Amino acid sequence: MTKLPTWADLVLVPFISLLLAAVISAIVILAIGGDPIEAVTVMVDGAIGSPYGWGYTLYYTTSFIFTGLAVTVAYHAGQFNIGGEGQAQLGGLGVALVCLALPWPHWSLALVAATAGAALFGAAWAAIPAWLQAKRGSHIVITTIMFNYIGAAFIVYMLVEVLRPVGQMDPASARFPEGAKLPNFGQIPGLDLIFSNKVPANVSFFAAVAACFAVWALLWRTKLGYEIRAFGKSESAARYAGISPVKVIMLAMLISGGLAGMMAINNVMGESERLVQNASEGAGFIGIAVALMGRNHPFGVFLAALLFGFLYQGGAEMGLWTTIPIELRLLLQGLVILFTGALDTMVRMMLVPFFRLARGAV
Amino acid sequence: MDYATLIEVLGSTLRLGTPLLLACLAGLYSERAGIFDIGLEGKMLMAAMASGAVAAMTGSAWLGLGAGIVASLIFALIHGLASITFRGNQLISGVALNFVASGATVLISQTLFHQGGRTPPLTGDARFQAITLPGAEALASVPYFGPFYAKVISGHSLLVYIALAAVPLTWWLLYRTRFGLRLRAVGENPESVDTAGVSVIGLRYTAVMLTGVLCGIAGAYMATSLQAGFGREMTAGRGYIALAALIFAKWRPWYALGATMLFGFLQAIALRPDVIEGTLHMKIPVSALDALPYILTVIVLAGFVGRAIPPRAGGQPYVKER
Repeated sequence: MTKLPTWADLVLVPFISLLLAAVISAIVILAIGGDPIEAVTVMVDGAIGSPYGWGYTLYYTTSFIFTGLAVTVAYHAGQFNIGGEGQAQLGGLGVALVCLALPWPHWSLALVAATAGAALFGAAWAAIPAWLQAKRGSHIVITTIMFNYIGAAFIVYMLVEVLRPVGQMDPASARFPEGAKLPNFGQIPGLDLIFSNKVPANVSFFAAVAACFAVWALLWRTKLGYEIRAFGKSESAARYAGISPVKVIMLAMLISGGLAGMMAINNVMGESERLVQNASEGAGFIGIAVALMGRNHPFGVFLAALLFGFLYQGGAEMGLWTTIPIELRLLLQGLVILFTGALDTMVRMMLVPFFRLARGAV
Repeated sequence: MDYATLIEVLGSTLRLGTPLLLACLAGLYSERAGIFDIGLEGKMLMAAMASGAVAAMTGSAWLGLGAGIVASLIFALIHGLASITFRGNQLISGVALNFVASGATVLISQTLFHQGGRTPPLTGDARFQAITLPGAEALASVPYFGPFYAKVISGHSLLVYIALAAVPLTWWLLYRTRFGLRLRAVGENPESVDTAGVSVIGLRYTAVMLTGVLCGIAGAYMATSLQAGFGREMTAGRGYIALAALIFAKWRPWYALGATMLFGFLQAIALRPDVIEGTLHMKIPVSALDALPYILTVIVLAGFVGRAIPPRAGGQPYVKER
């Protein structure tokens, strides 16, 4: 098979995959009696047509950056971390415990501590599957799926039996103290000129952007990053070069779990301001789509997270204002994962003849 | 726990274990042929929706079953295309199809029935009704065995018995036929099968289609027998529990029966917190029971209780040398 040029590999293949997913979604919308053009208009208008829409889009983007980076780091070590959802839920528990522990004097202190708590709990939830993979050879995909369910059950237990304040009916923690309240985009000097006080996007967006840089630096500018990538490319070669598989798997998965956990500073601390059931709302799974779409590069993850933030917010608006159910988002998300992750070769095969033609013409 | 309660719990164990058993055997064919299938959940969900919808529209549970199998087969075919023909990542394909199923089932049922993604409740012939086995009433007065026969063995829908019959059938197919030998070989060492002049692609597609049929029955059972109609996300992770049971069973049919019935028992008992409290004299949080199948699977995976060794060529696309 002819090799595609790098730009086609990086840009064209994901773009065509997205296009295929969009076309199928449009056909589905037509089939259920909706109007695809109206759907797109509502989505664009609702997600990026106003500062209010942007406030939601960037809020979702923040979560997806964290979970996308989590999948990316694990991917480079040759591990498929499906457990982002569970790790994000546990990260939420970490955030809640930190925020409820002290009457925080200032949000910046609380944010640093909560980020550490979130990362710690997320990493801890990834640690057991990682250790089982590294030491016992248990397949990490299955163990992380299992840990998603165990995590969900554990959070329910913690909320119902431990964190729920006396006299409250719904399974949720107490509200976080005032000092742990993160400023949203409407409260940040400069941004408040554009955004109103009601948007959920908050300072953790900047933490997410910083995390992109940190992951890039880690993977391509440090010894550990080199070891991770070498191990992911060829386990036997890495082993021969003296790289410890146990160390690489453990560290990559701990970082991955930590990143997934850190999304909780956005949704739990920045938005709901208390821990509720199923707080991450599938963002951990969207991380898989984001990482695949972003070609497992932090910059690509940022762009893909923005795209999924748009789809998520736009999809919600579409569910509100058109007859098309909000579940179209799930369908689209699944199709994007299918085309970018599993039918990758098919998309490439479709493109190869064009490049052959182009080369022949020169 | 008195005997009557035990009988009740065992009866619901069988009812709740059946979809797990069908999905587990489904996964067994696929994984024994070297194709990982995380998409059991999605296939079951699609089948449940299709069978619920068709049964509601036609009033026939049999047509519902057929529709469920067809819906599940379509997903199996896509999975086959992605993982066999285009040699894509089988895990990612499964995950993707699960999302597609979550979205598509609600979209379709909402469009057809406008009931918030549910299908209308099924009654009469639109459901597989419980069958009373011969002699159940006559034997009911026999102490111990009578109620056991009447409530645990008899009194389930046809699909439960089909699921149970699938266990020896699968065993026979895998270990006593030429097809079974080849199927197992293609999951362990596809090169040898290819060298013997048997099509790896053909065998793997057959296995994936068998998975589709069994997942279809599992989904149809959910919507037309266990419950009366389809509800959104009604499979509730059963595909993953089945996957767990498959590992627990070390990819063997009889063990699969044991594992799925164990997990079915855990589900049945989780519905009866009063029984647990009365038996153990302490309160066990329901969430702990919910998590138990998954915790058991992790322990098995860790290899502390008997090592689970998957088929050797699992997850690797086969590339014929040229």
